[in-house]
Amino acid sequence: MGFLDTLLGRTKPVQPKLDALFALPSAAITLEAAASFRPTGTGSVCFRAAEGKAFSDIEKDVRQLLDMGSGTTPVEVTTDSYAYTWLVCHHSADDVEALVTDLHAVNSSLVDGGFGPQLLCTLVGFRDDAGRRLAIVYLFKRGTFYPFAPQDGERRDNALELQVRGQLGSDLKIEPDLSRWFPVWGAPGL
Amino acid sequence: MAKTRYAPDRGLIARMGLTMFLLGVVFVAFILALVLVLEASHRGSGAGIVILPVLLAIGLGFGSFYWSDKIALRTAGARLVTPQDGPQAAQLHGVVDRICALADMPKPRVAIAESRMPNAFATGRNSKMAVVCATTGLLDGRLNDQELEGVLAHELSHVAHKDVAVMTIASFIGIVAALLVRFAFYSELFGGGGGRGRGGNNNNNGGAIPVVLVVMVVGIVVYAISFLLIRLLSRYRELSADRSGALLTGQPSALASALQKVTGEMARIPTKDLRAAEPLNAFYFAPAFARGGAGASLSALFSTHPSLERRLKELAKISDQLSR
Repeated sequence: MGFLDTLLGRTKPVQPKLDALFALPSAAITLEAAASFRPTGTGSVCFRAAEGKAFSDIEKDVRQLLDMGSGTTPVEVTTDSYAYTWLVCHHSADDVEALVTDLHAVNSSLVDGGFGPQLLCTLVGFRDDAGRRLAIVYLFKRGTFYPFAPQDGERRDNALELQVRGQLGSDLKIEPDLSRWFPVWGAPGL
Repeated sequence: MAKTRYAPDRGLIARMGLTMFLLGVVFVAFILALVLVLEASHRGSGAGIVILPVLLAIGLGFGSFYWSDKIALRTAGARLVTPQDGPQAAQLHGVVDRICALADMPKPRVAIAESRMPNAFATGRNSKMAVVCATTGLLDGRLNDQELEGVLAHELSHVAHKDVAVMTIASFIGIVAALLVRFAFYSELFGGGGGRGRGGNNNNNGGAIPVVLVVMVVGIVVYAISFLLIRLLSRYRELSADRSGALLTGQPSALASALQKVTGEMARIPTKDLRAAEPLNAFYFAPAFARGGAGASLSALFSTHPSLERRLKELAKISDQLSR
């Protein structure tokens, strides 16, 4: 934001960066090789629904589009305790590429409709043999990823998160500012 | 290039720019008037009563800017919280986290003030030192999730717009003028600046008193004009924070209903709370004071916040813009 924008109080909504998402499939392979975390086949897009008909029309279109594409399991829509909307897509565990393609379809539909600034994050779920949960969260506005490892009772496995950061550093652009690794407790698809 | 639903409010931007320009004009006129008055007096006897207030104003302005976070938190009786400090703190952190991620801005510190009055404010000299504070009255469930988010998005817009810095600089001229009047008044009262050396002799010539009087009149006029302009600027900054907040969350109507709830609740608050809130009035999401009755139009001119009707009308416009 420029000096004049600040002085005149005109912040512009930030447009999301979408393309970095396609680095996820190769990151999934690295993660499986290095830490035995395998994708669960579930991914979700989180956005802030805007009021009005224009947004609900686009939301309806997106759901129809995804339901036609995947065929087997329909897209789930949930609202979390912060009133953000999550679209959850399910795919077979070994097909991260198809999952990412679906997620990208959601994102680009919202952006094409002029609601790109409403996108918050995308989340892809992983799990290891011991049953530990891990999510790779993509921040649309930053174009960066961060790991989120929830434990029971709203605690985070920070050691695991930092370990994953080290392993994925060459595949993904990891968010350098740790204060932006915000927790997404109870996110669908974890 | 993706389609964008963002349309800047050119009218508001133009009016804000004009207000700042006028403040600058008043500032320059003020300095010119002082220089002319002191030149005309040929003695520099008035220099003391001019330089001292200016230095003091710089000190005061800088201090209130530099320690704005500490001063505001202390005044509101607020404490900084981490997400682990209970469910209210966790909720507040969660909302702020998400708004910051939507807006791509660094996360400010988060504080909670013990008060039944539902309100929120943001302060801090830069984005690193910024603090967002909500009262316990705001978090106790009277507002729903969207409304709470709307209020905090408004406060975070103040942080993004650097309103503390802008308003400090804007208020500087008012502080100088007010101090100058006071100094001139006392120096006249006690005969040319008390025992400040050179002032004492000039007083006998009779030349010093008119200079002091002229300086006083200039100060009063500048103070009155700059006061009105600063309040006008404050109201414009509130409107643009409303606007940015509503566009950020995509929910102008939620912000509007939060405004109505917060203003409605405020009317029912005991007087003691209101007095405690007085120094913070300009920072708050909604003013804790509303002067009504016969002086309503005059109080609108002096108010730090636009009227509820005005804010609701602007939000309705954004809502209309979003649905198209």
